[in-house]
Amino acid sequence: MVLPAARARGLVAAAKAAQRRRRVDSRGGSPSPEPASRRAAVYVHWPYCEKRCSYCNFNKYIPRGVEEAAMRNCLVTEVHTLLRLSGVRRVESVFFGGGTPSLASPHTVAAVLEAVAQSAHLPADSEVTLEANPTSAPASRLAEFGAAGVNRLSIGLQSLDDTELQLLGRTHSSSDALRTLAEARCLFPGRVSVDLMLGLPAQQVGPWLRQLQELLHHCDDHLSLYQLSLERGTALFAQVQQGALPAPDPELATEMYQEGRAMLQEAGFRQYEVSNFARNGALSTHNWTYWQCGQYLGIGPGAHGRFMLQGAEGHTREARIQTLEPDNWMKEVMLFGHGTRKRVPLGKLELLEEALAMGLRTDVGLTHQVRAKVLYTISSS
Amino acid sequence: MGRDWWRGVMLVRWAIGAARPGLPRARSAPTLRTAAKSWTIDRLYSSAELKEKPDMSKFLVEDIRNFSIIAHVDHGKSTLADRLLELTGTIDKTKNNKQVLDKLQVERERGITVKAQTASLFYSFQGKQYLLNLIDTPGHVDFSYEVSRSLSACQGVLLVIDANEGIQAQTVANFFLAFEAQLSVIPVINKIDLKSADPDKVERQIEKVFDIPSDECIKISAKLGTNVESVLQAVIERIPPPKVHRKNPLKALVFDSTFDQYRGVIANVALFDGVVSKGDKIVSAHTQKMYEVNEVGVLNPNEQSTHKLYAGQVGYLIAGMKDVTEAQIGDTLYLHNHPVEPLPGFKSAKPMVFAGMYPVDQSEYNNLKSAIEKLTLNDSSVTVHRDSSLALGAGWRLGFLGLLHMEVFNQRLEQEYNASVILTTPTVPYKAVLSSAKLIKEYRQKEITIINPAQFPDKSKVTEYLEPIVLGTIITPDEYTGKIMMLCQARRAIQQNMVFIDQNRVMLKYIFPLNEIVVDFYDSLKSLSSGYASFDYEDAGYQTAELVKMDILLNGNSIEELVTIVHRDKAHTVGKTICERLKDTLPRQLFEIAIQAAIGSKIIARETVKPYRKNVLAKCYGGDITRKMKLLKRQAEGKKRLRKIGNIEVPKDAFIKVLKNTN
Repeated sequence: MVLPAARARGLVAAAKAAQRRRRVDSRGGSPSPEPASRRAAVYVHWPYCEKRCSYCNFNKYIPRGVEEAAMRNCLVTEVHTLLRLSGVRRVESVFFGGGTPSLASPHTVAAVLEAVAQSAHLPADSEVTLEANPTSAPASRLAEFGAAGVNRLSIGLQSLDDTELQLLGRTHSSSDALRTLAEARCLFPGRVSVDLMLGLPAQQVGPWLRQLQELLHHCDDHLSLYQLSLERGTALFAQVQQGALPAPDPELATEMYQEGRAMLQEAGFRQYEVSNFARNGALSTHNWTYWQCGQYLGIGPGAHGRFMLQGAEGHTREARIQTLEPDNWMKEVMLFGHGTRKRVPLGKLELLEEALAMGLRTDVGLTHQVRAKVLYTISSS
Repeated sequence: MGRDWWRGVMLVRWAIGAARPGLPRARSAPTLRTAAKSWTIDRLYSSAELKEKPDMSKFLVEDIRNFSIIAHVDHGKSTLADRLLELTGTIDKTKNNKQVLDKLQVERERGITVKAQTASLFYSFQGKQYLLNLIDTPGHVDFSYEVSRSLSACQGVLLVIDANEGIQAQTVANFFLAFEAQLSVIPVINKIDLKSADPDKVERQIEKVFDIPSDECIKISAKLGTNVESVLQAVIERIPPPKVHRKNPLKALVFDSTFDQYRGVIANVALFDGVVSKGDKIVSAHTQKMYEVNEVGVLNPNEQSTHKLYAGQVGYLIAGMKDVTEAQIGDTLYLHNHPVEPLPGFKSAKPMVFAGMYPVDQSEYNNLKSAIEKLTLNDSSVTVHRDSSLALGAGWRLGFLGLLHMEVFNQRLEQEYNASVILTTPTVPYKAVLSSAKLIKEYRQKEITIINPAQFPDKSKVTEYLEPIVLGTIITPDEYTGKIMMLCQARRAIQQNMVFIDQNRVMLKYIFPLNEIVVDFYDSLKSLSSGYASFDYEDAGYQTAELVKMDILLNGNSIEELVTIVHRDKAHTVGKTICERLKDTLPRQLFEIAIQAAIGSKIIARETVKPYRKNVLAKCYGGDITRKMKLLKRQAEGKKRLRKIGNIEVPKDAFIKVLKNTN
């Protein structure tokens, strides 16, 4: 599908504008005229992948063919519906996750962003992140995403060791990853994040630290270190269970983590959350919203959200889960305007527990602002 | 009638039992202490009066010789016994009297060795009929008390030595037992038919170690029968007849006993004085119980009843004893109303090694109980006390004469009764000399024996602690001497003596604390000498020892099952080993577990089981929050619960790994 020229020009301009956006310093960003209950982050789930990774237990599907237009329409519909239900006026970040959202067309991304901008205010400096897979994201395509409004990339690099990448079932090689990283940095300077995994079966501390060292030569201002969790139902879990692979050694993983932290600190990174490191203030606004107990809307199959409903249903914050399976979700969206499958009102204690558990993951801990926000939520319900 | 009628019924039962060849015979099962084999002749007759009874009165004291065969394992004791029996016509030569290999692996490995049954041999020499009583001895020093009792019924021994292997540790131990009993020792160098045999060298060893002139050695091949006749002649010529008197009142030594499920206890006796016959009323000097003799006879080698047994003779006696403890080895029997001075040296079996025994599966408890009862029926030297452990369930604390005795018992349980057991690491009986008046009053004695570590009295209430020691003999090719001395030193042994018994073989004597050799000393010795060193030991009493009680703590709580008594010098090593073993077996918990070995309040070893971590490093974004909160809650509850109970669940496997005798 080809975008109308005028519109395309507009989007490119928007993307350029986005790149010029002032970097978010920390928690919350620029002062907002809207109260917390009228602000939210939006998560959009793209449920499709080319191939199943051996460690992944996310809600993802390997389709024969994606009816992208239908999917796009439904995402757009759900954005409208949930923004309306929540009464959210201002969206400060949008995150396209998956699945492999870089497999979606830039047009879809643009359409969703447009829907957000129609139903609420999407400020020019809002963070718009796309998760990108090295192989499915050539430079030209990344530029198109930029043109569609994306201003931040999160690259699922995972490892710089080809054997490990194979073990993980990734379709890319370490050179693919580094190339994609370089291209992304050209397009989104200062706004590229990479993921690196640790604690893989048979992985040793020394070689892993060398990977991290090498990554430091190439990476931008944001990095996530993830310890592998062996999840039931994944190929990796089965292999370890059958003894075909050694179980990851938690002691070694701990060592990698500690040594890795030290190395990143040395390189000027701030560990602002358990698994996340940023320098030059390049924190992820979107994820920060989660840990600060901000509101977020989950759009797309299996997406999670947490927000207060507007109107008849009172002011209770709810945990919401959308229908998992894409076809069913789409049917529901077409019938009801949204595919919310489960709604759980959160009690006072739960809210505080979440605020505590999330706050403790960050370097700022549980702040007065967060506490005040949660207490406001409680007192207004 | 009454009584006679009853006897008649019993006789019929015996006859039926005896006549049916397929019927299990309790007697044929090797007894533990006598761990052994029998000659291949089946005993078709019991006491049934079907056979003409030999008249024993014609064998006067001067025509009697009582002797034993003693040897290191595999030096040919049984083969020689077979030949002697054939030569005297006691057993048929045409029968296949090949040495039946010991059934138990441990017997083969450790030299508890075959025990031939006691047999009376009738032998004509220079126109005169002699009665030669071959009195059996158990083949290992674990049974040295029994050996000494058997030897006390003898006036001489045949000391059998392999012409190839030469003097071994057990040869030495056996020799000194005989020497101390002032017996005539006839050295017999066996296996001279072997290519590698060097009988002259062995002669020189004998001369050097035992101070026996080399011309006194008899060189034979028991296997081929070479020169065996001269052994019998030497028995007659070199061994004196017993110094006993037929006219004195009866004085009989019990030197062995077995249990027959139909006839009760069969006591093997040697008559020091007097005469015994059926119908006599006899009394046990030990128990003071009176019995009526039902049957007497000789062993040739199976029981053959006779009218009487006379002074100097050896045979058996059945007198309605229902339990082997009623016919204890070393006891003296005398005629009712004619008490005599009991023979010296009697003592009740004194266990020196204790171990817990538990069924692997508690549902097996009753089966194991009945198996232990059956085995102990024939072996009064095993002491049995019910015991229970939180970790291992209901079981027993068994006392054995020695390590080997314990292993034999265990193997027999497994092989003969198919019982699968957990045997805990063996311990030895320590002693404490009490200083606290209160405790002395409580125990009603100043010196107490401690079997259970829980009873270990505090140092403040004790003058001194004592530990059992043994005199160990090691014979080894000299190239291993250095390594062996290091091993002994590590076992707190003190060297007594070191002698070259020939150009390249060394005999070392050490005083060992018994507990240092009960676990794996023998195996270590064998492995560092490529199997060439031999080891034997004898009881050497008790010595003062710096003993301490060591607690094993899990997060500060003492684990009752793991309390151990150790020598202060060994506390660190032992504590560390236990901690390490526990560390390897304890499952990780949600919290850290400190495993500590402590003496009093002082920690001497520590290992840490790191807590199990549910990856907090994993990412946590919008979609993960609900699940994460659930996990955190579950974890928090788990921790709370575990902390509240305050103890760490120690799985049975972990206990087994720590407590089990891994030897």
